[in-house]
Amino acid sequence: MSNAVSTLNGKVASGEVTIREGGLRGMITFRGDLSNAKLKSVCKTLTGFGVPEMGKATSNGDKGVAWMSPDELLILVPHAQTNDAIAAIEKAMKGQHHLAKNVSDARTHLTVQGSFAREVIAKLAPADLHPDHFQIGDFRRTRLGQVAAAFWMTDAETFEVICFRSVGEYAFDLLAASAKAGPVGRF
Amino acid sequence: MLTLHCPNCGVHADETDLHAEGEAHLKRFASGSSDDDFHDYMFQRQNPKGVHFERWKHVYGCGKYFLAARCTATLEVFGTYSAQTHEPPQAIKDAITAKRPGWSWGDFS
Amino acid sequence: MSTRLANAGRLVNKNKAVSFTFNGKNLRGFEGDTLASALLANDQMMVGRSFKYHRPRGVVASGAEEPNGLVNLGKDNTFEPNQRITTTELFDGLTATSQNHWPSLEFDVGVINTYFSRFMPAGFYYKMFIHPRPFWKHIYEPMIRQAAGLGKAPKDRDTDTYEHFNASFDVMVVGGGIAGLAAAHSAGQSGARVMLVEQTADWGGRAVVDMPSIDGKTAQDWVADTVQALENMPNVTIRLRTQGSGVYDHGYVLAYERLTDHAPENDGPRHRLWRIRAKQIVTATGAIERPLSFAGNDIPGVVLAAAVRDYAINFGVSVGDRTVVVTNNDDAYRTAITLKKAGLDIPAIIDARTSAEGDLIDEAKALGIRVEFGKGIAKVKGGKRVTGVAICNQAGEGAVIEEISCDCVAMSGGWSPVVHLWSHCGGKLIWDADQAMFRPDPEKPPLGADGAGFVVTAGVANGHLFTAEVIADGFAAGRSAAKAAGFKAKAAQAPMGEDAHEGPLAPVWLMPQGASHALRSKAWLDFQNDVKVSDVQLAAQEGYESVEHAKRYTTIGMATDQGKLSNINGLATLAKSLNAEIPNVGTTTFRPPYTPISMSVIAGVAKNELFQPIRKTPMSDWHTANGADYEPVGQWRRPYAYVRSGETVHDAVNREVVNTREKLGLLDASTLGKLVVKGPDAGKFLDMMYTNMMSNLAVGKCRYGLMCSENGFLSDDGVVARIDEDTWLCHTTTGGAERIHAWMEDWLQCEWWDWKVYVANVTEQWAQVAVVGPNARKVLEKLGGMDVSKETLPFMQWADGTLGGFDARVYRISFSGELSYEIAVPASQGRAFWDALLAAGEEFGAMPYGTEALHIMRAEKGFIMIGDETDGTVIPQDLNLQWAISKKKEDFLGKRAQERSHMADPNRWKLVGLETVDGSVIPDGAYAIAEGTNANGQRNTQGRVTSTYYSPTLKRGIAMGLVLHGPDRMGEVIEFNKVDGTTVQAKIVDQVFYDKDGEKQNV
Repeated sequence: MSNAVSTLNGKVASGEVTIREGGLRGMITFRGDLSNAKLKSVCKTLTGFGVPEMGKATSNGDKGVAWMSPDELLILVPHAQTNDAIAAIEKAMKGQHHLAKNVSDARTHLTVQGSFAREVIAKLAPADLHPDHFQIGDFRRTRLGQVAAAFWMTDAETFEVICFRSVGEYAFDLLAASAKAGPVGRF
Repeated sequence: MLTLHCPNCGVHADETDLHAEGEAHLKRFASGSSDDDFHDYMFQRQNPKGVHFERWKHVYGCGKYFLAARCTATLEVFGTYSAQTHEPPQAIKDAITAKRPGWSWGDFS
Repeated sequence: MSTRLANAGRLVNKNKAVSFTFNGKNLRGFEGDTLASALLANDQMMVGRSFKYHRPRGVVASGAEEPNGLVNLGKDNTFEPNQRITTTELFDGLTATSQNHWPSLEFDVGVINTYFSRFMPAGFYYKMFIHPRPFWKHIYEPMIRQAAGLGKAPKDRDTDTYEHFNASFDVMVVGGGIAGLAAAHSAGQSGARVMLVEQTADWGGRAVVDMPSIDGKTAQDWVADTVQALENMPNVTIRLRTQGSGVYDHGYVLAYERLTDHAPENDGPRHRLWRIRAKQIVTATGAIERPLSFAGNDIPGVVLAAAVRDYAINFGVSVGDRTVVVTNNDDAYRTAITLKKAGLDIPAIIDARTSAEGDLIDEAKALGIRVEFGKGIAKVKGGKRVTGVAICNQAGEGAVIEEISCDCVAMSGGWSPVVHLWSHCGGKLIWDADQAMFRPDPEKPPLGADGAGFVVTAGVANGHLFTAEVIADGFAAGRSAAKAAGFKAKAAQAPMGEDAHEGPLAPVWLMPQGASHALRSKAWLDFQNDVKVSDVQLAAQEGYESVEHAKRYTTIGMATDQGKLSNINGLATLAKSLNAEIPNVGTTTFRPPYTPISMSVIAGVAKNELFQPIRKTPMSDWHTANGADYEPVGQWRRPYAYVRSGETVHDAVNREVVNTREKLGLLDASTLGKLVVKGPDAGKFLDMMYTNMMSNLAVGKCRYGLMCSENGFLSDDGVVARIDEDTWLCHTTTGGAERIHAWMEDWLQCEWWDWKVYVANVTEQWAQVAVVGPNARKVLEKLGGMDVSKETLPFMQWADGTLGGFDARVYRISFSGELSYEIAVPASQGRAFWDALLAAGEEFGAMPYGTEALHIMRAEKGFIMIGDETDGTVIPQDLNLQWAISKKKEDFLGKRAQERSHMADPNRWKLVGLETVDGSVIPDGAYAIAEGTNANGQRNTQGRVTSTYYSPTLKRGIAMGLVLHGPDRMGEVIEFNKVDGTTVQAKIVDQVFYDKDGEKQNV
C-alpha cells in the first residue's frame, strides 16, 4: 500500500552501534495450541520454520517465528503479505480454536547493530545478556527502559527489537542515547 | 529485589518484570452466595509472617500468571507453579514441609 | 603546618602539576592527588564548618568515611554540593568552595552557636521549638530552614550523561584490598563469572600502604601480579572507582562507577549504575579506624592515625611537623614510625594501655620515640589548628601532667569492620570483645531465594586484622562463594602473608576514663553533626535507651557520613551510660547506599525527553504542527484543543464544538482501546465481563457496554462490535486498554482457564478517526468506496470496506450526539487517511477537535465519562444506567457486590443534570451543601459535581453531579460551594441537555 508508513519511516542513528528503524514488517499474533499439527504445519508453510522451543526465535530476512508464550507465536512475514498469511492461517485452522491477528502496524521494529550492541541492550533491559547466556536463537520479552519490548539476535553484533508502535520513538531514542554513551567493556 | 522463576516461559525474572497480583487460591463467591462468604472472598486476606501463596504476573515477559510459594519473613522461595490449579502441587508442599515443618496456610498444610 | 614531603607519595606524579581553586584561591597539586591531599599540601587544614556550632573542621580521614571535608564542586551545570574531598580525585581546573559558613570559612558568624552550646544540648530542637505552637510556622521553621542544610542545591541543569548497566555474575566481590583480590582470584579460578569492584582508584587497600609481605613479595608486587592475573581471566571483570553501594534481596547489588569525575574532559557517561544480580557476594570491605573521645578531638589537625600515614605514604603529604600519636593499639605506632623515618618530629606516643609489647613498639622505641603508657589526652589546645596537647593519666579525671606542643594529633581507637553491605539485607553481627568490634556473624548471613546465605565476608571486614589471616580468609571466601554458586574450586594454595607481631588493644571509649563534664562536652563523637559524649549521656539520662531513639534524639550518625566514624563510639558511650553491655545495646540499622550516590545516576538515561515514555498516535506529528495543546491521558498525549493564532485555549475549544455541531469535526480517536475477544466461549466470557448481554449481539452490530470490578464499581465502558460468529471487538477507554486487557487475561488464566477464549490487544494496529457532524456522511461519500447511507449502515452498526482507497472499518457510533462515524484504518496509513479526510472535508468545513470539545459535547448529551462520573466508588445504578445491566444473567463480575445492602441503599447519591440559575459554570469538584455541620464541624453535603463545562452550544454553564435523591428532585434549586466562600445556585434537571430525542445522531 503506497500510503503505508512505518512508525519512524526508517530513521537511523549512526555510530559504532547503529540504531535503525526497520521499516514495515508483517507481524501476526497467532494464538492456539502450539502442539497442534495444523498450527505447526501452517507456521512452517508461512515462515519456513517450525514452532520454536520455549524462549526461542528463528528468522531469515522478513520471515520468521518467535515463541511469545505457551499459547502464542509471533509470525513474521513481508508486510504486504500479512493479510494473505492470516487468510492462510484461518483456512488451515478452520474448526480449531485459535486467534490470528495482524499486529504489523501495532509494532515498531528496530535493529541495533555494532560492536557493543549487546551492551546497548544490557543498559536498558533487566536480562542476563552475557554471550554464554543469550545467543543467536534466543528470544526475550522484557523491559527496555520503561516499556515492554522483545529482542533476538540475528548475528553476533545485531539485535532485532520490537516494541509497541506508540512508544517506537521513545525506544529508538533510548537505544540511540545508550549507543551514543559508548561501550561498557563488559562483554 | 525479588527474583522469581516464571514456570510459563522459563525466565528467571526480576521483580521489575513482574507484577504482584495478591493472594493465590481464592475461591470465588458469585451471585447467590451468602453475605459472609462474599465478604470473605472480597476482602479477607491472609497476612502471614512465613509461608504464603501469591499470584504473580510476568507482565513484561510472557504475560502469563503463575503462583508462588514463599516466606514473607525471609523471602525464601519454595517454588513457583501454574496458575491453573486449585491447590499447590504436592512437590511444592513437600518443599515447604522440608524447610518449614508444621506449616499451614488456609486449607493447606 | 601541613606540607609536601620531598621523597614520598606512591600515588602522585610529581612531574605533572595540576591547578585548582579553593574558595577562589589558585592552588597547585599533582596528578594522583585527592582534593584532600592537595589541600593539605597547600597547608589548607581547615576545610569547613560543623553543622550546628559552625566550629572549624579539618580533614579527619583519608577515604569514604571522612565526615568533615565536604565542598561545593564545580560551577554552573557541573555544580554539585557535599562532595567529599577525600574521595575527589584532583584534575586540572577543579573548582571547590567550602560550605556551611557565612560570610567566610575563616570568619563565620554562626560560630556564635558554639558559645551557646551549653544551651543547645541533645534534643534542643525538640525542646525549644515546641512552644508556643504558632511560632513554629512563622518564626522557627523559616529560621531553621535558613540555617539548615549543607551545600546549596544546584541551579543549572546537569548536562552530563549517566547510565545503568544490567549484569549477572556468579560471584560479586566488593573491595579491592588483598582479601578481595584473593577472593576474586580463587573464585575466578573455579570458572565462575566474577566481578570485583574497588571504590578508590587504587588496588590493594591498606596493604599497599603498610606493605606487609605476601608469598615472599612486597604487598605492592603481590597486588600488581594478582591484578594482572585477574585481567587475564576472561570470566573476571574488575573495576576501579566502583563502589558496591548496596546489597538487596535475592542477590541484587548496586554498584556505582565514577567514570569521569577524575577526568571531566573524557567522553562518555560520568557515572554508571551497575544493576547486578549475583548468586554469591563476597564483602571484603575492610575496616574504618575509630577516633578517640577526648576534649578538643574536633580541632583541625586531629586526624586518624592511619589517615596521617596514608597522606604521607600515598601522597607525600605531612599533616603536621610535630605529631603526637595517641592510641589504644599497636597499629598507630606505624604512623609514628613512618613520620619519624620521613624526618618529622614525634614528640610522644600516648598509649592509653598500661603496658604493651610488640614489634612495632620496639621499633618505635628504637627510633628514639618517647612512649608514654597509661596516659591520655586531657585536652587539645588550639582553635582553627592544633597547637598542643595536655597529657593526663588515662585512669584519672583529667588533671594535666604535661603540655606538649604539636600541630598534629594522630589518633587511633581501634578498627571497626565495614559491615554495611553484610548488614543491608539482614546479615547479623556479633560483638568481638577482644578486638572491641562488631563483626559479621558467619552463622547468620543474609538469606537468599533458596533460604541459604548469599553473602560471605572476608578479610578485615570479617574481623581479621593481620595479613596472614586476611589473605587466607579472602582466598577461602572466594572458593566457598564459587562453590555455593555451583562451581568446583581447583586445588590451589592460599597466599601466605606475614607482618609485624602486634599485641592486643584495650578498649577506650572516653579519654581520660573519668573525664569531667567540661571535658566530655568538648569530646566529639559525630564531627559533622556536632554530637558530643555529653549529648549521648544526656539522651540516656532522659530515657532514650534504645539506640535508634538515642540516634534520632542526638542526631548522631545522621549526617551525610551516616556515622561511619561515630556510631560505634556513640553506642559504646550509650552502653556505658546505661550500664549495659555493648552487644545488648546493639547497632542502628545499616541502609544502602554505603556513601551517597548521585541523583543523576539513579535516573540514568531517564531524563529530559526520555524521562518517561510518551505514547504517540500516527497523527501526532500533525497535531504538534497544528497548534495542539496537549493533555496527558496515561502516557498518551492527546490534543486538548488546536489553538490558532490569536485564540485562547478556551476560544479554540468553543470554536471546535460549534464547528462540529454545525459542520464537521475530526477527532483522533486512535488511543481508544481495542481488544479482540475470540473463541467458542467468547460470548459467555463477555457476558461475565460486561453488565449487559454481549453474547446475543448480532454480527455487524454495536452495543454500548459497562464493566464493573468484582466489588461492583464501574470500571470501564465502551462500544462492543460483533465481528463474526466467535469474534467480538471491545472498545475500552484510552486509559483502560492495558488494564482491561489484563483484567480479561486474569479471569481467563486464573478462574475460567478451561474456557476457550483468546484475547489480543490490537489498540495500536489501528488509527481511528471520529468523523462527526452534519456533514460527516458527505465527506465519506466524497471519499467514496462504500455505502455509508442510513439504510445500509444505520446507527450502532459497523461495516468493512474502502474509503478513498483506504482499507477501513467504519463504526456508526456517536459520543457527541451528532451524525458520527468512527473509522479505523491500519496505523501505517493513519496519517495519510487523516490528511485525506482534511483535504476532502475542506469544502464541508472540516476542522479537527480535541478532547475538551469531545468532553463538552458528551456532557451536553448527558453521556458519562469514566474518571469524571466514576471515581472507583460509583456503581452503574448511581448513574441511572440500570438499562445497561442485564437482569437475565445469573452472574457477571460485580453482580454479587451490587446486591449488597449499601449498594442498593436509596440514599446513594444519583446522577442528575445541573443548570446554574445565573448561567455561570459551577467550579470543578464543588459540593452541594446541606443544612448543619458534621461531627468535625464541616458543612454537611448532599451531592457533588462530576462534570462541569461552559456549553458553547447552549451558551451557559452545564453540569452533571451526584445528588442525594437527585432524580426525585427535578426542578429543585440547590447550592454549590465555591472556593471564595460564596455559593452558586443550580437547578436539578435532566442530564441530557441537547437533542434529548437523539434525532441528530440518527439521521
